[in-house]
Amino acid sequence: MSDAAKEAFDALTETVGRVTVDDPKMQAENVDVFYAEKQAIYDVTLDVAKNEVVAMIGPSGCGKSTFLRCLNRMNDTIPSCKVSGNITLEGESLYSSAMDPVMLRARVGMVFQKPNPFAKSIYDNVAYGPKIHGLANNRAELDDIVESSLHRAGLFDEVKDRLNAPGTSLSGGQQQRLCIARTIAVSPEVILMDEPCSALDPIATARIEELIDELRENYAIAIVTHSMQQAARVSQRTAYFHLGKLVEVGETKTIFTNPSHELTENYITGRFG
Amino acid sequence: MSDETTQRVRATLKKRYLKEKLFRGFGITAIAASLGFLVILLGSIIYKGMPAFQATYLKVDITLNEDTLGVGGTVSDAEMQGANFSGAIKSAMRDRFPDVKKRKAKKNLYALVSSGAEYALAEYMINNREQFGQTVSLWLLADDEADALIKRNKDLSKPIRRGEFKNDSSALVTRLNKDQLGWLQSFKDAGDTDVRISSTFFTNGNSREPEQAGIRAALVGSAYTLLITFALSFPIAVAAAIYLEEFAPQNRWTDLVEVNINNLAAVPSIVFGLLGLAVFINYLQLPRSAPVVGGVVLSLMTLPTIIISSRAALKAVPPSIREAARGLGASPVQVVTHHVLPLAMPGILTGTIIGLAQALGETAPLLMIGMVAFIVDIPGSVTDPSTVLPVQVFLWADAPERAFTERTSAAIMVLLAFLIVMNLAAVLLRKKFERRW
Repeated sequence: MSDAAKEAFDALTETVGRVTVDDPKMQAENVDVFYAEKQAIYDVTLDVAKNEVVAMIGPSGCGKSTFLRCLNRMNDTIPSCKVSGNITLEGESLYSSAMDPVMLRARVGMVFQKPNPFAKSIYDNVAYGPKIHGLANNRAELDDIVESSLHRAGLFDEVKDRLNAPGTSLSGGQQQRLCIARTIAVSPEVILMDEPCSALDPIATARIEELIDELRENYAIAIVTHSMQQAARVSQRTAYFHLGKLVEVGETKTIFTNPSHELTENYITGRFG
Repeated sequence: MSDETTQRVRATLKKRYLKEKLFRGFGITAIAASLGFLVILLGSIIYKGMPAFQATYLKVDITLNEDTLGVGGTVSDAEMQGANFSGAIKSAMRDRFPDVKKRKAKKNLYALVSSGAEYALAEYMINNREQFGQTVSLWLLADDEADALIKRNKDLSKPIRRGEFKNDSSALVTRLNKDQLGWLQSFKDAGDTDVRISSTFFTNGNSREPEQAGIRAALVGSAYTLLITFALSFPIAVAAAIYLEEFAPQNRWTDLVEVNINNLAAVPSIVFGLLGLAVFINYLQLPRSAPVVGGVVLSLMTLPTIIISSRAALKAVPPSIREAARGLGASPVQVVTHHVLPLAMPGILTGTIIGLAQALGETAPLLMIGMVAFIVDIPGSVTDPSTVLPVQVFLWADAPERAFTERTSAAIMVLLAFLIVMNLAAVLLRKKFERRW
């Protein structure tokens, strides 16, 4: 980081751009995250709107994944991780005692960086979520959920003849779409995606990006990505993180064509990252 | 690369290859040596143990009537059981060799037939009542000394290795005397000796007479003990491993528990025996020599082994699977039972089998709780007095009769076969649980 950029970062006390939206699905207010003594996220406020894709970009270690994982309390299992501030889903606080983390994760699904299908058949992979939550009353309903989820993930035609084949027998891109199908089978309200294409080739990536765009009709989506092109292609709003601070938020088009903050500009133009 | 560097690399290359060759040589030698020892060990055990599965029988004409047996032909089975079959056998032997008059000589003559023959004869009589009053030719089990000579087809005319023949390697080594060898020779000449495959070894319990001693009681005892060990240690150890690995917070207490489990795995087994004696037998008043106590003591010993290997197996399950399940809204217990445990099962089973194999071969702690008893009856439940295979090996190896040597080796063979069966079961179970994708 140049001296000028460092100065600009130190001077940054408030996020540039409008962090709130008119019709929020999830709201994060003044979120700080600590891993033991080390602070990973400083005072981040950000909304996720309904039917929009919000992309989080930034250099490695900027806290974008950490922030994403706060949105469905996946950080709970890390004992040293402390989250403060307020995060709400439809106005309900995530970290209040009234919110059950199991319930929350059924409402806020997650797709991970590396495709991680269960060591089960394709069918069972998708059926697992509905089964544990008791979403299907009988086998026929379960079949319907599995089929429609695979359809929506754009995978059904490729696997309809081998639903009993192991999920891991699919290619990387197919596995990731299977993981997406598995997530939407639970009918969540929000889908979090943590660099969902970083382990995939360009063709599989394009497929997933199309899918994300289609999914926007029904879900609120927050996606963390390393690829600025991807952020530009799939998202409506973009948030730029830097060393744990949320530097700038704005319309994706604006961020990529006319960023307001110096750090954002440096990153977009490839001066660091 | 310049010429000089090439030269230098070439010089070191030779050295490197030489080192590799040496290393390979060491490896192959080590493997060959261990295989060689294994072959020698197994070979000697099998060679020594095989005769235990054969028994020699002598054909004797026995008169079964009221004179010889002392009872009528129509008495109840119980009374028939108590009839003087030993007398009948003795008189049959006297009839065969009428020249034997002296009391001591007669005693020697009777000693050729196993003392267990009368029970076989009683059973025969009860099942063949119509032959009462007749003289029948029957095959009687021979005594162990006679059995050893006939079985190995020894030349009975050779001098017996005693006194001046001490250093004569061609002499016979036997406790039989010259007269007895003569009588045996006459049986042999008449074709009245027969070496048969015998299942006695597998059907009988222990006995003072080697030709009647069998492994059954110890085998059943071992099976009961292992059953108890498995039933106790497997669920407890797996539950402990899952708790420590998946649920327990990482703090000083769990560290302490972990250190203690590791230490427990290194505690000499005799200490567990002492604990069993003090707690289970003296304090809780559980029966002595019983598989239930043996099983509890051995499961204390196996617990750390299974816990350690189960934790390793759980640790090996990729965290991404846990995250995936958690991300779908699976509760912590569902994450474990639906995903982690099935994936860790092969490793857990391997650890369990290793632990049980250790328990199967364990002797010392069982000596402390009295499982070193002389057991004739096959134990019928886990509270009956019994012994186990390795203890039986220990007991027989200690016995003075030479015929017990072959029983010892045969018992070792059974012990090894038991182990192989257990390992096979483990492999099959692993195959069943293993998800190859």
